[in-house]
Amino acid sequence: MADARPSQPYPGVVLAAPVTVPYRRYSHQPAHWWIGCALRALREVSGLEPADIDGFCVSSFTLLPDTAVGLTQHVGLSPRWLDHIPMGGASGVVALRRAARAVQCGDARVVACVAGDTNQVNSFRSMLTSFSRFSQDASFPYGGGGPNGSFALLTRAYMDTYGTTRETFGRLCVAQRQNALAVPFAMMTRPLTLDEYLDARVIAEPLHLFDCVMPCAGAEGFLVMSEDDAKAQGLPYARILSTIERHNAFPEDPIQLRGGWVLDRDALWSQAGVTPAAVDLVQTYDDYPVISVMQLEDLGFCGKGEFNDFAAEQTFTNDGTLPHNTSGGQLSTGQAGAAGGYIGLVDALRQLTGQPIGNPVPDAKVGLVSGFGMINFDRGVCTAAALLAAA
Amino acid sequence: MPPPARSRAGLAFSAWAARGEFRLQVCGDCGTTSYPPRDVCPNCWSSRLEWQPAAPTGRLLADTVLHTSTNVYFRERMPWRVGTVEHESGVALLAHIHSDVPTPAQGGQPVRLTVRTDKSGQGVIVALPVEDTPHMNDEKQLRELSASVRHRRVLITDVRTDFGQALALKVREAGASRVFAGVAEPWKPFPGRDALATADHIEQVSLDVTQGDSVLELAGAIGGKTDILINTASHVRPGSTVGRNGLTAAKDEMETNYFGLLRLLQFFGPAMQGRAADGDNNAVCWVNLLSIYALSNWPAYATTSASHAAALSLAQGARADFQPSGIKVLNVFHGPLESEWYQPVSPPKVTPAKLARVVVDALEAGLEEKVVGDIAQDVMARWQENPAVLERELTQDGGAL
Amino acid sequence: MTVLVQLAEALASQKVKTIDLTFTLDPDFPVLVLPPEFGQCQPFRVEEVSRYDERGPAWYWRNFTCSEHTGTHFDAPIHWVSGKDLPDNSVDTIGVDAFVRPAVVMDFSVECAADDDFVLTADHIAAWEQTHGEIPAGSWALFRSDWSRRSPEAYLNLKEDGAHSPGPDSTAINYLIEQRDVVGFGVETIGTDAGQAQHFDPPYPAHALLHGAGRYGLQCLRNLNQLPATGAVILCAPLKIKNGSGSPLRVLALVEEST
Repeated sequence: MADARPSQPYPGVVLAAPVTVPYRRYSHQPAHWWIGCALRALREVSGLEPADIDGFCVSSFTLLPDTAVGLTQHVGLSPRWLDHIPMGGASGVVALRRAARAVQCGDARVVACVAGDTNQVNSFRSMLTSFSRFSQDASFPYGGGGPNGSFALLTRAYMDTYGTTRETFGRLCVAQRQNALAVPFAMMTRPLTLDEYLDARVIAEPLHLFDCVMPCAGAEGFLVMSEDDAKAQGLPYARILSTIERHNAFPEDPIQLRGGWVLDRDALWSQAGVTPAAVDLVQTYDDYPVISVMQLEDLGFCGKGEFNDFAAEQTFTNDGTLPHNTSGGQLSTGQAGAAGGYIGLVDALRQLTGQPIGNPVPDAKVGLVSGFGMINFDRGVCTAAALLAAA
Repeated sequence: MPPPARSRAGLAFSAWAARGEFRLQVCGDCGTTSYPPRDVCPNCWSSRLEWQPAAPTGRLLADTVLHTSTNVYFRERMPWRVGTVEHESGVALLAHIHSDVPTPAQGGQPVRLTVRTDKSGQGVIVALPVEDTPHMNDEKQLRELSASVRHRRVLITDVRTDFGQALALKVREAGASRVFAGVAEPWKPFPGRDALATADHIEQVSLDVTQGDSVLELAGAIGGKTDILINTASHVRPGSTVGRNGLTAAKDEMETNYFGLLRLLQFFGPAMQGRAADGDNNAVCWVNLLSIYALSNWPAYATTSASHAAALSLAQGARADFQPSGIKVLNVFHGPLESEWYQPVSPPKVTPAKLARVVVDALEAGLEEKVVGDIAQDVMARWQENPAVLERELTQDGGAL
Repeated sequence: MTVLVQLAEALASQKVKTIDLTFTLDPDFPVLVLPPEFGQCQPFRVEEVSRYDERGPAWYWRNFTCSEHTGTHFDAPIHWVSGKDLPDNSVDTIGVDAFVRPAVVMDFSVECAADDDFVLTADHIAAWEQTHGEIPAGSWALFRSDWSRRSPEAYLNLKEDGAHSPGPDSTAINYLIEQRDVVGFGVETIGTDAGQAQHFDPPYPAHALLHGAGRYGLQCLRNLNQLPATGAVILCAPLKIKNGSGSPLRVLALVEEST
C-alpha cells in the first residue's frame, strides 16, 4: 500500500477544566463513586450541566462489571458519543485523541474524559489475577510479582544494555518527590534523598521500594470542546499541537528496550512544528523510572542510551530545567489505577492554563504528555504522546 | 497456591507439561512459533496452531529475584528468581530460573528449558543451567516444582509383587527417608519378603486395600507421615466380557483396583491434603499405576481394563480434589507387565525394575502423567490420534497391538 | 419334669454350660487359598452404612460380604460335586434336626503338634474308640488338632507347595460314614480336608465322601479343648440361604459339668 496520509491537525479544538479528585490510599467507595466525584468537579469548574455534556469517555480498572455504557445510566448522561478506553497508562492521551476528533467532526460538542479507580485492600491483587489472558497464562504464574516482576526484568535489561544507573533513576525519583511536596493529597509527604532512594529495601532486583508506585484511589478528568465554547464558558484552555498512538510495536524484540514512540515521534514533532528544545514541561508515564527514561529517550530528548549524561544536566523540578511530572507523578503522588494514565495530562493542562495544583512551571507554553500502558504479557503494549500548547 | 487460572489454550500447554513435554504452538500454515498460548497465529491469522515439541534451549536475557509478591504462595517462599528467556524460536517467555544459572551477561545466558507443573497443577517453564550442577535437584525452587522422593516418606500400598518390591527398594535407593511397605493378608507368605525385611528404613505395614478398616487403621497410624503414596495394589485376571463365567473375578478387580483406590483416597487423602504445605518435606504426590487399557478396552482383559478405566476416572476426580491443596496426582500408564497374569501375552512387557525407575524419575520431574513401555506408548499415541480407530484396532487379532 | 425344663434348670444353674466354638468374623481371619487359576473364597468384608452421623443420625449399621465358606462355617452336600444331585442338599433344605446333635471330640492334638501333615486314618479312630467307646450313630465327629490356637500365619501354614495342615484320609471318612453313620465331621482347620489333600486318593476325601453321602462339614471350630471326648451336644444351624453351599454360623456346645 501507499504511504499513509499524515494525521490531520486539531484546529479549533481545545481541552479545559482539569480536575483531580484528591487521592486516598484506600477507599471503601467503588470506582463509580470516584468517577461521579470527577464529573461533579467538572460541572463545578466548567459551569456546564449534565445535559451540556454530549460526549463521554471513561477509563477504569475497577468498574467491573460495568463499562462506560453502564455508567451513562448510573450518572444520568445521555451522550451521543461514548467511548471506553482500557489502555491503562496511555488512556489519557488516547482519550484526548478520540474526543478531539469527535469534537472536530461534530460527533460531540463537549466530551467529558474521566478516569478513576478505587483501591480496596484486595482490589490490586484481584485486578492482577484477571488483568489479561497472556499475563494469566504466562506471567502471573511466575512468582505472582505483578508489574514489579515484569518491570524488574525490563529495568535489568535496560541497565545491562544501556548502562543506565540506579543513580540516574534516583535523580528522576528525587526530583518528582520535590514536585510532589506541594501537592496536598500526595501519598508521599516527605522529601526523598538520593541515598534513601539507593538504600531502600529490595522489591524485585534491581527494583527497590522507591522505584515502585503506591496504589491508591482517585480520579482525574478534563473536558474537550471547541475553542469557541471554551471562550463562551470563560474557561482557560490549552490547544492540541499533535498526538501519536501505537500498540504492540516491535513484537520481534525479545525484551522491551524501546516503545512505539520510536515509530511515531517524527510525526509528533513535525506536525507540532516544534522540537524537544521548545518543551517547557514533560509528563511521562512513570509507573517505574525506567519507563520514564525510555519515553524521554524514545521521544528524542536525548539519544538512546544517553540518559545518564542527559540527566546529569537537568533538575527535572518545576523550578528548574526540563520540569518532569510536575505534580509528583505516580511515583510520589500515587497510582490511582487508570487515573494514573491521566495524571500527567491533567497536570500539564493545569500548568499550561496557569492553575497548577502544586508548584508552577514558570512561563509554561509547550508541554509534552506521554503515555504507556498495559503489560499484557512481558511488555507494555500501548504507547501514546501529545504535544499541548498554552492558548 | 500459585495462580491456577489458564485460558483454554493455556490448559493445552499445561496438559503437555503434565507429561513433561515442552511444547509451543507452531502455525500449520506459516510455521510461525508463538507464545503465550493463542487461538490465532500472530503472523498470518491462521487458527491452525499445532502444539509441537519445542527445542529445550534459549537465552536468559534478564533475571530478577522477587522479594515481594501479591500471591500468598510465593510470598511465603520468597525470594524467588524469575527471568525473561528468548527461546530458540525467537519467542520471549517468562520462566522460573534455577539458582545455578549464571546471571546473564551481554547477549544472554544460554539455558536449558524444561517444563513442570506447579502446585496449582498448571504447566510452567523452568530454565536450568545448560549442564547439570551438583545437587541441582535439591534447589529450593526446583524441589518446589517436583515431587522428589528424596527426604520424603513413601507408602507403597502393596509389596507382595515384584513390582511393589522393586519400587520399595528403588524409592529407598533414590533417597526416601522411609518406606512404608503395605502387606495384605500377612499370614500368606510371599517371595521377597525376607529381602524387604532386612532392607534399611523399609517398614512392612499391614494394609489390605479391599478392607476399609485396614486402610482406616493404617491411615490413622501413618497418614500424617505419608508424603507420597504409590498405589501398587492391583488385581488382574485375563478374560473377556462374554467369555468369562460369573462376576467374581470382575468384582475382585473392582474391589482392589477401584474401591481399593477409593478407600485409600478417603482415608489417606485428607491427611495428605493437610500436610501439602508442610515445609520442604511435605505431602506432595499420589501415584496411581494404571493399565494403558484404562483408555480403551483390551478385550482379552476386558474386566481388568474396565476396572482400570474406573480407577482412572476416580484419579481424575481425585486430581480435582487435591488441586486446591497442591498435591499432585501422577498416573503412570503401563502395558502388560512381566507378571504371572500377563503370561499369555507376548513381549515386550514392563519389568519391575523399569517401572520402578520410571516412577521415581517421573516424581523427580514433577509429572502428572507418564507412559511406560513400548506398548503403552504405542497405545497412548494411537489414542491421542484417534480413540475410535484405536478401539477398532484393539478388536482385531485378539486385541494385542 | 420335662427334659426341656430340666435342661433349662441345668443351664440356669450352670450344670450345663454353653461353650462358643466360633471364631469372630474378622476381615483379617484367613480364608482358604486355592491355586490362583481358581475362583477364590472371599474373606469377610464390612462397610459402614452409618454411625450416628449424617448417613443415619441415631443408628449404626454396616453391610458385610463374605463367602459361604468364610470364618467358622458349615458345608452342605451341594458344596461338592459328589453331592450335587442329592435331595435336600443345600443349607436351606437340610433337615433342621441335623443342627442339634451330640458330638464326640477325638483329640489328636499331640500328633498334630508333631506333624503339620498328620493324616487321620480309620485306625486312629478305632484306637480312639478303644478308650472312649464307639461313636454313636447320628453324632458329629469332631477332630481336635489344636490348630485353632495357632497364629494366623501358622494356621494356614502356606509353603511353596501349598498349605500344610492335618486332615483325614479316605479310610477315616469311610469309617465314620459307613461304620458309625455320623451326621458330619468337624475340624479346627480351614477345611475338613488336610492342607495337602489334593494329592490324596481320592483328592479331598472328606469333601468328596462326606458330601457324596449326604453328610455335613464344620470348619474353623475352636475351643474343642473345652469339650469332653463324649457327651457334648452342639448347636450349629447355618443361615438359611437359598441353594446355599454352606454358611458362616455360630457353633455352640452344651457341656455337662463334670462331677
